[in-house]
Amino acid sequence: MSVPAEPVDRRGTSEGGQEMSGRSATAAAELRREEGGVLRLPEGPSLDPGDVNIEVSGEETMIINMGPQHPSTHGVLRLMIELEGETVLRTKPVIGYLHTGMEKTGEELTYIQGCTNVTRMDYLAPLFNECVFSMAVEQLLEIELPPRATWIRMLLCELNRVSSHLVFMATNGMDVGAVSMMIYGFREREMILAFLEKCSGLRLNHNYIRPGGVAADLPDGWREDVAAICERIPTRLDEYDTLLTGQPIFQERTQGVGVLTPEQAIALSATGPVLRSTGVEWDLRRDMPYQFYDQLDFDVVVGTYGDTFDRYAVRLNEMRESIKLIRQIVDLMPSGDYRVQDKKVTPPPRQRINESMEALIHHFKLFTEGFRVPEGEVYVGIESPRGEVGCYLVSDGSAKPYRMHIRDASFANLQSLPTMMRGGLIADAVAVISSVDPVMGGVDR
Amino acid sequence: MSDATEVPVPDDAPGPEPELLHGAPMSTSRGQAVVHPDREAYLAVVKALRDEGFDLCADVCGADYLSHPGRPLPEGVVPERFEVVVNLVNRRERRRIRVRVQVPATDARVASLFDLYPGSEAMEREAFDMFGIEFTDHPDLTRILMPEDWEGHPLRKDYSVGRIPVQFKAAAATR
Repeated sequence: MSVPAEPVDRRGTSEGGQEMSGRSATAAAELRREEGGVLRLPEGPSLDPGDVNIEVSGEETMIINMGPQHPSTHGVLRLMIELEGETVLRTKPVIGYLHTGMEKTGEELTYIQGCTNVTRMDYLAPLFNECVFSMAVEQLLEIELPPRATWIRMLLCELNRVSSHLVFMATNGMDVGAVSMMIYGFREREMILAFLEKCSGLRLNHNYIRPGGVAADLPDGWREDVAAICERIPTRLDEYDTLLTGQPIFQERTQGVGVLTPEQAIALSATGPVLRSTGVEWDLRRDMPYQFYDQLDFDVVVGTYGDTFDRYAVRLNEMRESIKLIRQIVDLMPSGDYRVQDKKVTPPPRQRINESMEALIHHFKLFTEGFRVPEGEVYVGIESPRGEVGCYLVSDGSAKPYRMHIRDASFANLQSLPTMMRGGLIADAVAVISSVDPVMGGVDR
Repeated sequence: MSDATEVPVPDDAPGPEPELLHGAPMSTSRGQAVVHPDREAYLAVVKALRDEGFDLCADVCGADYLSHPGRPLPEGVVPERFEVVVNLVNRRERRRIRVRVQVPATDARVASLFDLYPGSEAMEREAFDMFGIEFTDHPDLTRILMPEDWEGHPLRKDYSVGRIPVQFKAAAATR
């Protein structure tokens, strides 16, 4: 048994610059800069020099890798954490393990096919990706949707928001040790997924919302199904209150852990529950209303302390608000077309294809060549369960996007993780990661 | 199939003098405000916008206009191969603005917004990774999505997509 010589370079693998370098390999000035970078705050008032303890020598600290294969990192997130004892000094998320070049793929797919691609990004909130992409295409086309299409989108998006938050409840509970919560969260989510499957035919990557409307009208009996969901979920949410919210162990694990201030959250481009948990009232549904959210009555849930518990509480109560929204949407659902009657965008109905040769040709052309979108560029942002999901779309006048970029909420929110983790305990890291609710499919795209 | 490479300069029929915002020409795209500063003024314009109340940097991304050089731009803006597109949000006035800055291919570098918006850090790294646009004064300009030893920048238009010809020998390339 031989003790290896003292490692000079503390880098774990040969990947080089993406990793966090050891203190011994870093000059003090560079280290300060890196601390600023890791903290993701500019030097200046927000970074107090006395706050950054660069006097710690390299021998006393240790850099450990958490992930990419770690059950609590929700996929393939890798964190490099510098520890002094049990205290976290620096954290650096290393991402890209799930990168599949979806933005490049998006440039090779027609606008009709595009939804099948974007729906796989943030796989817990697929309808929001489809929705934002479709809205961007529609803005480029300058077409107006029939009201029913928009209301259907809103209904399904709110259901999707609940199902996404339920996964958060499940995984967050599991990460802090309340394993039974995982079973409950996934059980409730299954109800919603069953309904989404009834609508779209697919449980997860629905490809239901498409440019020009939605793929199909709501199925028969949808009102009863939605009513059943609206009846069941709130009672279950009250059970979660008993199980988690008021439970002393859960509170101990989450309160005061991973605190983020409002200034930091805004500076770090955080959106969604991460931003709202700090007390900033910012919800695109209310503040920059899109679709028909301005006709609905709902509250924007905000937290106070910006800690892990607040992020949990914001999401829990957002589900209640979503149920409230769903009830209103069901009441206001108009009748009419579920997709725009623009023959350049919408394929002819199945019945017409049987009868008319022209309709068949038209259908064939739409699905092989797609429709051409006028030249231009547009950015659309909507409120997904994780924050602002945006689509920047450039068209050169052909049938495929020239540039398709999705601004994913988890990608931006992940930047606040080092700030939340700093000074905390390594044992709390799992709870903090979980509270950001990153979905690596969206982060890496 | 598309003839994107030969798209002529579009007939820019509405040709009033471009409106200026902090000295940079403005345009609207589908009703959205866009400001086009040049590279030298970029940081100053974004700083002025931030001081004006655009306190949330929603998105930074790159774009490569290699095969679509004739896109509509306001008068006085010289089209270059690359563009850096920044989406800012003014939370108080509840509006957005988009900043598009032209970056030439020969000297693909532009100032980093890190000092103004720390949240642009990962997004600029992504633009660097995907397009090879260098952000000067960025604290940690390394690849973020691709492996460190990757060659090339995947979202560039001249980056091969690794297409495998299978069935139809004469099939045209997808773009």
